[in-house]
Amino acid sequence: MSVYYGQLIFEKSQEGRKGYTLPKSPIKHYELNDKYKRADCPQLPEVSEFDVVRHYTNVSFKNHGIEKGFYPLGSCTMKYNPKINLEVSSHENFTTLHPYQPVETVQGVLKIYHETQKMLSEISGLSKYSLNPFAGAHGEHVGLMIIKAYHESRGDHKRKKIIVPDSAHGTNPASASVSGFEVVEVKSNESDGTVNIPDLKEVLDDEVAGIMLTNPNTIGMFEKDILEISRLVHEAGGLLYYDGANLNPLLGIARPGDMGFDITHINLHKTFSTPHGGGGPGSGPVGVTKELEPFLPAPVVRKAGDLYLIDGKGKRSIGQISHFLGNIGVVIKAYAYLLTNGKERMKEIAKMSTLNANYVKDALKSVYKLPVDKVCKHEFVFDGLKDESIDVRTLDIAKRLLDFDIHPPTVYFPLLFKETMMVEPTENESKQTLDAFIDAMLKVAKEAKEDPEILKNAPYSTPVRRLDEAQAARKPRVKYKDLLEE
Amino acid sequence: MFKYLPHTHQDIDEMLKTIGVDSIDDLFAEIPDELKQCEIDIPSSHSELELREHFKKVAGMNEPLIPFMGAGAYDHYTPSIIPYLTERQEFMTAYTPYQPEVSQGTLQYIFEYQSMICQLTGMHVSNASMYDGATATAEAMFMAAGVRKKKRVLISATVNPNVVEVVKTYAHYRGIDIVVVDEKDGATDFDDMKNKLDGDTAGMIVQNPNVYGVIEDFEGYSDTLKEQKALFIMNHDPSTLTHLKTPAEHGVDIAIGEAQSLGVPLSFGGPYIGYMATTKKLMRKMPGRICGVTEDVDGKRAYVLTLQAREQHIRREKANSNICSNQSLMALFVTIYMATMGKKGVYEAQQISYNHAHYLHDMLLKLPQFEKAFDKPFFKEFTLKTTLDVEKMNRALREKGYLGPLSQARFDENKEGLVTFAVTEKRTKAQMDELIRTLGEL
Repeated sequence: MSVYYGQLIFEKSQEGRKGYTLPKSPIKHYELNDKYKRADCPQLPEVSEFDVVRHYTNVSFKNHGIEKGFYPLGSCTMKYNPKINLEVSSHENFTTLHPYQPVETVQGVLKIYHETQKMLSEISGLSKYSLNPFAGAHGEHVGLMIIKAYHESRGDHKRKKIIVPDSAHGTNPASASVSGFEVVEVKSNESDGTVNIPDLKEVLDDEVAGIMLTNPNTIGMFEKDILEISRLVHEAGGLLYYDGANLNPLLGIARPGDMGFDITHINLHKTFSTPHGGGGPGSGPVGVTKELEPFLPAPVVRKAGDLYLIDGKGKRSIGQISHFLGNIGVVIKAYAYLLTNGKERMKEIAKMSTLNANYVKDALKSVYKLPVDKVCKHEFVFDGLKDESIDVRTLDIAKRLLDFDIHPPTVYFPLLFKETMMVEPTENESKQTLDAFIDAMLKVAKEAKEDPEILKNAPYSTPVRRLDEAQAARKPRVKYKDLLEE
Repeated sequence: MFKYLPHTHQDIDEMLKTIGVDSIDDLFAEIPDELKQCEIDIPSSHSELELREHFKKVAGMNEPLIPFMGAGAYDHYTPSIIPYLTERQEFMTAYTPYQPEVSQGTLQYIFEYQSMICQLTGMHVSNASMYDGATATAEAMFMAAGVRKKKRVLISATVNPNVVEVVKTYAHYRGIDIVVVDEKDGATDFDDMKNKLDGDTAGMIVQNPNVYGVIEDFEGYSDTLKEQKALFIMNHDPSTLTHLKTPAEHGVDIAIGEAQSLGVPLSFGGPYIGYMATTKKLMRKMPGRICGVTEDVDGKRAYVLTLQAREQHIRREKANSNICSNQSLMALFVTIYMATMGKKGVYEAQQISYNHAHYLHDMLLKLPQFEKAFDKPFFKEFTLKTTLDVEKMNRALREKGYLGPLSQARFDENKEGLVTFAVTEKRTKAQMDELIRTLGEL
């Protein structure tokens, strides 16, 4: 890409150029009092409409998206984002609704909200969902507030601890902390990363408010002792929180509610195919058991007769956690996905995602180190190359994969292993795509043995090559103006 | 097989052979049988034609109204190229930019977004965006409490009550006290703030323009708050910052707000986008992602997520925020809005909104049913006192296809008769005149 195309939009600005039209207004000019005026004018770009289109088209070329190539990013469930979802959610009868329109004029969108709530309940075995949380981490925060509100409502104020396994997503302990809990970490079994029951028993006491679990866990193993875990935690008076990041391989197979989870969040942008958008907008609905329903955040959507209604804050609700009803535009896409797949497809999604993961795992385990050599669910973890005498790191392998137009797996997470590579292929990928990935992985392993420098200097074909990340942190330049001042 | 599931029978057989099991069911053997008995009762699979038909019906159950209401969601113009560009798969289907070599697209627009937010607010550094304006305000409250290591934060009664609610929810569970500062004549009561401010206060949150649309005068706030080492936090509609004094000029420490007003469609309340910006001094305390500039090994300019030592995935239980994403695609939306409208267009759209709001305000005051609620300046949203029955008024407007003003009684029953109108550049003179005529006849 030429230097010109690589510039910032600010660097393309020419004084006097315009990219917009507005209707001529017949209303006279009113002048704001000088006292309230800013001193200068914000320096925004001055470009033509075509400049904008060409600029952002070129900017887009510097991204790898799932429609371009394989994206086996573990824990992120990079599914195909069906186009029909985008088409139906873009209808102007959705996009032009003001959030405070009277309920009689927004029955369609409330119907979608309500029916999605019901479908998520069916799929997960929980009683009721709020679709207000904006993201998975937001769902965790909300779920933990519900746990706190539940114990407080019973006058049980000593429950200050949340148990989190050491294999958990980084957001879990952070969410517990911002909800005012103390985090107690439990070690996982070395054999498969599942919860160590004796360890769990050790930390369970009457100060435990609950436990946060991902099932299957972050190395793709189903918590086979989940019923035992749930019994132990409940007996100690705690609640079970389900981090739904890994729900995909359980669709139609087993439900968190039946396992004994009291609260879940589901990532619509993972399991239900809504686009990740480069980091949002997502949606992280939170579901609870019947007993916990009154604690759900406000506002609440419900159906009375044939009418869908919006209720304000109930007496025991944790309160409001979003200005309006969440990322409804995202919910509409997930609703379309659920209807397209229907009940017939849920189990197949789980099965095919699990088949794909196990196929890749077993096809590569002779060359890559497989720390847990068991049947996995939708994802699994390698711990670098099997031949440990080879001097390359997971980072080098990941960077070299970029030259094959493959987005590398998640690296260095979970923290259980030193050279973690977490692979999640999703059910949408064909055997032929997986075979191409397997070939690339084998080729990279061969290069690593023959000439590790190839990997250490990779990538070669990407829009930029390896970055000096330390420089960015040492001397933060965080806006265009900082570049001008150099 | 299904359109999203590519496996042929032959594929499946070959894959099972590699794995060394007889059937796919064998891959689920470790799940207890008692858990596997679940039957899911959701609707049957819809073909694409059936889905379109269904959506036609459901969309038809909505009746979009032409809004004369704002209350945190403003009906501004969205240039056609924005959806076109933001729907490009390179932007829409990418994940978080964790592999910067193949995420320069996302990182570059985040850098441009941060630059634009800093231009509007005058602040030193912006993060890559937050969920919405209300949660951004709550995160600012956490940030202040964390920076000052104090558990008491003030918030003005003129902040949108929904935002106050979200702040209170977040604060309650974290053990932070939220103290509401009274209002006086439609603005924050400065004296009440001084009374409530003490050495244990981490910060004070205000909103501009406030819930009544009033442009507040923050003379003396920054100095007074500094005396007690409390941070000055301002929730500001970013679109009005083309004209209004910037948070930086007010001496603000943390600027936050809802950036929906920068071209994001109403969409029944989401997805929107919160922004957050702060001073150089507090840069390393700000939650969320920040994109910075660096170079690659060939010396080429490149963008990367930076200052990550602050973030949840590294700090885990020591993190002050659990935010691990942004509203990235909405940040792109806002960035393209500001690029397309540009320096002149963003200003012009706001000036027209200002003119139209003042026209409607002046014309309504000519009706006997309306009088001024406060004698205060406003931008595109204003509050009047009315003798009309608000429900009746809004019903009459709805019959003409309009969403009438916000009744402040929605938030506080003592505010019966106070109504807040919002006017943007999209409201024509004909629409305003029809509204005036309709209300005049009641």
